[in-house]
Amino acid sequence: MSHSVELQGVGMRFGATRAVGDVSFTVNGGEFFSILGPSGCGKTTILRMIAGFLQPTEGRILIGGKDMQGLGPNQRPTAMIFQSLALFPLMTVWENIAFGLEARGASKAERRKKADELLSLIALEGYGDRMPGELSGGQRQRVAIARALAVEPQVLLLDEPLSALDLKLRQHMRAELRSLQRRTGVTFIYITHDQSEALAMSDRIAVMSAGVLQQVGTPRELYDNPATPFVATFVGETNAIAGKVTDVADGVASVDTVLGLLRGRMARSVKAGDQVKLYVRPEALSGSIGENRVSATIDRIDFEGAFGLAHGRLSDGAALVASIPSTDLANAPAIGAATSFGFETRHAVVLPDG
Amino acid sequence: MASLYQRFGGGLATIFIALVVLWLAGMVLAPNLMMVDYALRPNLPPAQIGGPNDVYSLDNILYLANESVHRSIFFKTIWASALVAFITFLVCYPIAFWLAQRATMGQAAVAILALTIPFWINEVLRTLAWYIILAFRGPLNALLLNIGVIDAPVRWNGDGGVLAGMVYAYILFMLFPIYNSIESLEKSQIEAARDLGASTWRIHWRVVMPHAKAGIATGCVFTFMLAAGSYVAPALLGAPGSRWFTEIIYNWFFEGGDWNRGAAYALVLLVLCLFVVLATLKIARVNLTDVAK
Amino acid sequence: MSTADRIARWMFTAYMVVFFAYLFMPLLVMSAATFNTSRFPTVTPWQGTTLKWFAELWADAAMWRAVWTSVVVAFFVVLVSLPVGTAAALLLTSLHARARGFFYALMVSPLLTPGVVVGISTLVLWRQLNVGGGTFLIVVAQSTFIICYVMLMVVARLQRFDRTQEEAALGLGASRVMVFRRIMLPYLKPSLIAAAFLAILQSVENYNTTLFVRGFETPLTVFIATKVRTGLTPAVNALALIMIVMTVLGAIAYEIARRRQAAAKDERS
Repeated sequence: MSHSVELQGVGMRFGATRAVGDVSFTVNGGEFFSILGPSGCGKTTILRMIAGFLQPTEGRILIGGKDMQGLGPNQRPTAMIFQSLALFPLMTVWENIAFGLEARGASKAERRKKADELLSLIALEGYGDRMPGELSGGQRQRVAIARALAVEPQVLLLDEPLSALDLKLRQHMRAELRSLQRRTGVTFIYITHDQSEALAMSDRIAVMSAGVLQQVGTPRELYDNPATPFVATFVGETNAIAGKVTDVADGVASVDTVLGLLRGRMARSVKAGDQVKLYVRPEALSGSIGENRVSATIDRIDFEGAFGLAHGRLSDGAALVASIPSTDLANAPAIGAATSFGFETRHAVVLPDG
Repeated sequence: MASLYQRFGGGLATIFIALVVLWLAGMVLAPNLMMVDYALRPNLPPAQIGGPNDVYSLDNILYLANESVHRSIFFKTIWASALVAFITFLVCYPIAFWLAQRATMGQAAVAILALTIPFWINEVLRTLAWYIILAFRGPLNALLLNIGVIDAPVRWNGDGGVLAGMVYAYILFMLFPIYNSIESLEKSQIEAARDLGASTWRIHWRVVMPHAKAGIATGCVFTFMLAAGSYVAPALLGAPGSRWFTEIIYNWFFEGGDWNRGAAYALVLLVLCLFVVLATLKIARVNLTDVAK
Repeated sequence: MSTADRIARWMFTAYMVVFFAYLFMPLLVMSAATFNTSRFPTVTPWQGTTLKWFAELWADAAMWRAVWTSVVVAFFVVLVSLPVGTAAALLLTSLHARARGFFYALMVSPLLTPGVVVGISTLVLWRQLNVGGGTFLIVVAQSTFIICYVMLMVVARLQRFDRTQEEAALGLGASRVMVFRRIMLPYLKPSLIAAAFLAILQSVENYNTTLFVRGFETPLTVFIATKVRTGLTPAVNALALIMIVMTVLGAIAYEIARRRQAAAKDERS
């Protein structure tokens, strides 16, 4: 089993600005763990602290149970894949892959052998003597992965490595990364701002915003039970309806909104009188069923392939998005018409406002 | 400094810093400070050095101010250097413009290669070539006599010869900065000006030259500095009546035997050059970072 | 085409002809004079074609000593200025903005100092240490400003360096020394080779600075300049011609190499 990574109250200050504050979470050994957040949320800073390029100004980082304080990047059992990949342009592909072994003093024959093994792992046999500049984007990507795996790291750190690829290749590489992680059993910590990427690949995800850890959980947990308004809105699409709690019972809150009394599950405890927001996913809204009903006017329907997104306005003027399976689009409400949407109480989440 | 240590580690960073300190302190600052020290002390026999007469004074510099021959040579060197810079500019500007805006890629590559060749050849040889051409019985006089421009051979050595040799020697220092700065001018700007009815002169005066200001200033500064500090061109192409300030300095060192006075003169030359360089850059609002490329 | 345009075009063509004539005539005249029998190097009058001046040059022991002095000086100048110039460039690019401005000004100041002043200041400093002019001082004085050229060339290349490469190497377990040796130095190699060339050229061609610190040594430039006073013969032209031919061949080879490299790069992208 690969090493776990544990962050204990980690914080980072650059001068007067605090880039990351009091972050604690544990990445289990052999896990595919993502850190998700918009740009500037501090996720790259966390990755660079784990890698050893930055020393945290507060807290501790443990890898495999050992405190990493003061150890440089070349003394940690981690390897990093950079956003720019940072392949060495003046070395051949195999020299790139074997660079880490060269640093460990391995003989040339040993290095060549290991490089060939890895080349076959990434399905690039015979490419060893090319220069990185002669490879395609996807091939370079795989070389960067092989180079990092060559040092047999306990933890592989990936800094948005797929962001430069086009959509098709990106989707292909997602699957490839996932299967590579399964086969090698190395702990992956993956940074991304793309929530669909994180949801598709990860065992667990940490969501960050403005240097603060919002929630850690499996993709389903984050999607179904967001712990904060930020997670609710950042992970997947959602509709937010503001209101005041009138009554709480059996984990269900009744919320008085301008659209009437609506009910939803309490993701965090609230009490009567609290200002809250009720979050409903577009796919939870339906024309026919649901004990809660709201009425909206449809402005337009965007066809997205598997489903259509109906953009409308609620009676209080707020925007509403409902997704309609493509198979049902024939029965979609008419544009400009007032339509009633319903959702079930178990599909709505109530979170304290702010 | 801390970032250097972080980047290269203690061993390498220490070596780097040691090398740079050795250069900047030992080869740049210390020699110049010692020159100032020399310039401000009197020239004394060894026995008196450190004695009561060995005091700082401005005597050596005042000597230059009061020596009418040296003083006039000093001023002549200044204005002649400025003239060299100006003429070099006139010679270079059209070709720089052509290279940067009009020439095709192929033409420019060939022209730049052609321009560079004479300048790979050392300054003494280039000056020597002029020495041969301008000789009393040399080809220039022969040519001019032949086509009847002159009736008797002319002695070119002197101010005219020095000027021709210096302009020749410093063409590249003027051409490349101007070329680089004109190259960044968008062709559409010139076309727009023409479209608005501007004459060729006006386009150059109002559009191209202001854009190329940094390059022009850099070229002029370098040419002036090189001309004022040149020794070989005046020595080979000059005449007794056209002495250059550097020749006076040389004489103090190796013929007059008064290093202190020589150092004082060199100091004056240095201060003058730095003043001209910094003033020109200030007036043209050019950053020192853009100068050396 | 208007008359004014035609005149302008004609004037420009005339200017180009005069410009390139001005540029190449001296070199042609100097080269041609090598083959003239006349004792003083000239092309007018032509007294007969000969190759004897090459033979005389070959037999001139003083000239060979001068060549040797220049070669030795250039060798040591490269040896000093490459490491120091590289160190200066690395220091400069690692500094923060404010300190960088100051160090930059200090580091380019030798380029803005007249050559004679560099020579003189070096001479007076070392006299205090009882070191007189000679090969050592020539190397010191020339290096003072040749380091600037090296520094500028290395800085130009460093500015395009992707520093995540350093981090990637460190992350793979490389030591700082290995990062420098395997990543930084190979990256800088082209600029170091170019800088070495420039340093050799600057060193061999220097006269103004060398003149003051040469002591009793006679490098090539001083040798040639002295010849002008003590009796110039076309043997010096023969020397010049050899240098010109070597230079032209070198420049053409450089240009071909550059184009080949550019073509290879185009193919790749």
